[in-house]
Amino acid sequence: MRYIEPHGHMVSRTTDDYQAMALAGCAAICEPAFWAGFDRKTADGFYDYFCQLTQHEPKRAAKYGLPHYCWLCINPKESEDMKLADDVLALIPEFMKAKTVLGIGEIGLNKNTRNEMLILEKHVELAVKYDQLILVHTPHLEDKRKGTRLIMDVLKAAGKVKPERVIIDHVEEHTIGEVLDQGFWAGITLYPESKATPVRAVDMLENFASQRVWLNSACDWGHSDPLAVPKAMQEMRRRGHSAAAIDSLVYGNPVRFLSQSPNFQDPQALR
Amino acid sequence: MSDPNPLAGTPRRTRDQVADLHFMDARYKLLDLAAFLDRLEKASGPEDHRVRGLRAALPLLLQSGDDRVAQILHLWSDPSVTPIEKADTKAASGVWPGLK
Repeated sequence: MRYIEPHGHMVSRTTDDYQAMALAGCAAICEPAFWAGFDRKTADGFYDYFCQLTQHEPKRAAKYGLPHYCWLCINPKESEDMKLADDVLALIPEFMKAKTVLGIGEIGLNKNTRNEMLILEKHVELAVKYDQLILVHTPHLEDKRKGTRLIMDVLKAAGKVKPERVIIDHVEEHTIGEVLDQGFWAGITLYPESKATPVRAVDMLENFASQRVWLNSACDWGHSDPLAVPKAMQEMRRRGHSAAAIDSLVYGNPVRFLSQSPNFQDPQALR
Repeated sequence: MSDPNPLAGTPRRTRDQVADLHFMDARYKLLDLAAFLDRLEKASGPEDHRVRGLRAALPLLLQSGDDRVAQILHLWSDPSVTPIEKADTKAASGVWPGLK
């Protein structure tokens, strides 16, 4: 069965992972900019990273027949250094010219600080100015509920943000309802320990009647699984859900959201 | 705002069917939790705030209802509503440290 991986940090993965994902039915990969596991010291470091996302990684994915798209930002974990964040924000418009850029992301909050909020607001302004989609990272664990609510307040306060053009990622059982109720898309991230397991994700899909949800692995340099989405698909099959229903969730939903960007092409149309 | 659920067409499962699919998974996880608590008993020092939060969540498992996961996640969440001035760490611990 086919699926889209709408959130995978492939710069952290090996080519074996690309091959495994392609064999499992992956039809396209989207890669948000994120924290490298350490704080980068200069905007030049981000310049190189954005080159990697827009130039190098699409070539690596293409070797396995996979279209590769990306999102640009400075991650909230690096937003405490306001000068660095401003310098990186200034780089982004140049890279938006690349044909594989889908929008601004993954922006959001980490520890819900004032500086993180200020940089989040600047990212939202940039997205509005350039009419870009937004992909939001919500904080981890005990900080998630508060951060999710603060982020939605920022998005609503910006005035010109259309909720249907924003996906709020890493939702869990205590945040998914509020996100959907306010008109945003919700992303369920499948992690072996933190966030949601494939089994819990399918429970959420069964409980929250929505076509505004996607599943992603967010596979990165930490404990994560690039085949988490196909494992959730397997769980849906085990529970008796139809192939058509599964396809609409793991392929149709991401295609509908991402197609709001003129740079995204339905992989089916490319074949 | 309501949308049609793509999974809504699947017939509702019986409890036997759910147990057939997921009982062994839940069984080993419960035993792992018991082993973790046993391990803590044999260790020294004061109770960690994360373990305190875990113990506080256990009674929720025995309540009726179908939103236990959400209830536990709410219990462990930071209840404050305004941004903090500055963080002293990038990491989250899993349980709000102020939970009593």
